[in-house]
Amino acid sequence: MNIVNLAAEKAPKLFFNPANFISNLKYMGIGMLVIFVVIGIIIFATMLINYLFSDNDK
Amino acid sequence: MDILYKNLLAFTWQDLVMILIGCVLIYLAIKKEMEPSLLLPMGFGTILVNIPFSDALTGPIKELYHAGIANELFPLLLFIGIGAMIDFGPLLSNPKLMFFGAAAQFGIFFTLCMASMFFPEIDAASIAIIGAADGPTSIAVANTLGSKYVGAITVAAYSYMALVPIIQPPVIKLLTTKKERQIKMPYEQKSVSKLTRIMFPIIITIVASAVVPQATALIGFLMFGNLLRECGVLDSLSETAQKVLANLITIFLGISVAFNMTSVQFLKLDTLLILGLGLIAFIVDTAGGVLFAKLLNVFSKKKINPMIGAAGISAFPMSGRIVHKMALEEDPQNFLLMHSIGVNVSGQIASVIAGGIILNLFS
Repeated sequence: MNIVNLAAEKAPKLFFNPANFISNLKYMGIGMLVIFVVIGIIIFATMLINYLFSDNDK
Repeated sequence: MDILYKNLLAFTWQDLVMILIGCVLIYLAIKKEMEPSLLLPMGFGTILVNIPFSDALTGPIKELYHAGIANELFPLLLFIGIGAMIDFGPLLSNPKLMFFGAAAQFGIFFTLCMASMFFPEIDAASIAIIGAADGPTSIAVANTLGSKYVGAITVAAYSYMALVPIIQPPVIKLLTTKKERQIKMPYEQKSVSKLTRIMFPIIITIVASAVVPQATALIGFLMFGNLLRECGVLDSLSETAQKVLANLITIFLGISVAFNMTSVQFLKLDTLLILGLGLIAFIVDTAGGVLFAKLLNVFSKKKINPMIGAAGISAFPMSGRIVHKMALEEDPQNFLLMHSIGVNVSGQIASVIAGGIILNLFS
């Protein structure tokens, strides 16, 4: 129980700061951009694999 | 006689509430069949750790937690099983569907902004990953970031995954017109060679890990499982991964997550807020996928049924089936299953990449 109480005591306190929504929008922009870029690269790689290896089973 | 009273009198109302919550999770698992493989062990584990002076908490559950959750081992091993279960065929025959999987991760970053209004950055990022709609990713990311809310995050992630059939349809109907829901998308079956199926997990692991190294373990274990399935020479290992390994790890994962389900850690306003933010994440994920599909329709001659965007959420295969079912309700001749399952599978990949991005930005 001591371990658990210690963890609870270390838990951060809640607050309300609406300005954080705006300041964290940059992570939204970066995150979505990186996901689309990575997925775009994966799509390109997949299309390349399809093109290179599609005739091998004929 | 003291020994009888001392232990019984040690119960607090908070312990009793948590035991009740454990019973509710078990009820949802058995009676409502909501993700029973996770909710039942979690529910029972919750009961075990909220009995005063419980040796389950300080003994085996604590050991299991440190052996497999604190070091992210259990979620990663489970990913091997999940990868072995996934058929990437529909996605490989139409790779562009993966963009919908990417769009449906929008809820993660929107929830990050929302959660940051109430929680410190690390916890906000951990809460946001509920939007990945993937239990192992949520546990792995929350643990790596050192969040104190792993228990609440895990309960939220698995509960909302089970509630996808209730959460998604109203959001889809709100954002689409009947005419849009009736758009037909003929499926042209393209054969995918065995070599393509083998090369795909290898190439994806290299590409995704090179760009987002923090996602290497997540994407690597998922694709390793898929390679076991597709290589064709390890059928026994593939079957073991899909059944025995996945089931074994699920048991250990479910019961050891309960280490974070003590009344002291769980019964706080924070938990309610986390559950609310998790719901927002799922809703905005669905909206993100649908709105992305509608945006593409503005520029595309070949119309896309915007409902398939909602299948980009990583709740596989439920989300894909829900979209297919909704399409049939609008038009019994409209079969979207292959498209929606392809998008649903891409959501699994995209959610893992999103997890890696969150780790990259905040760890």
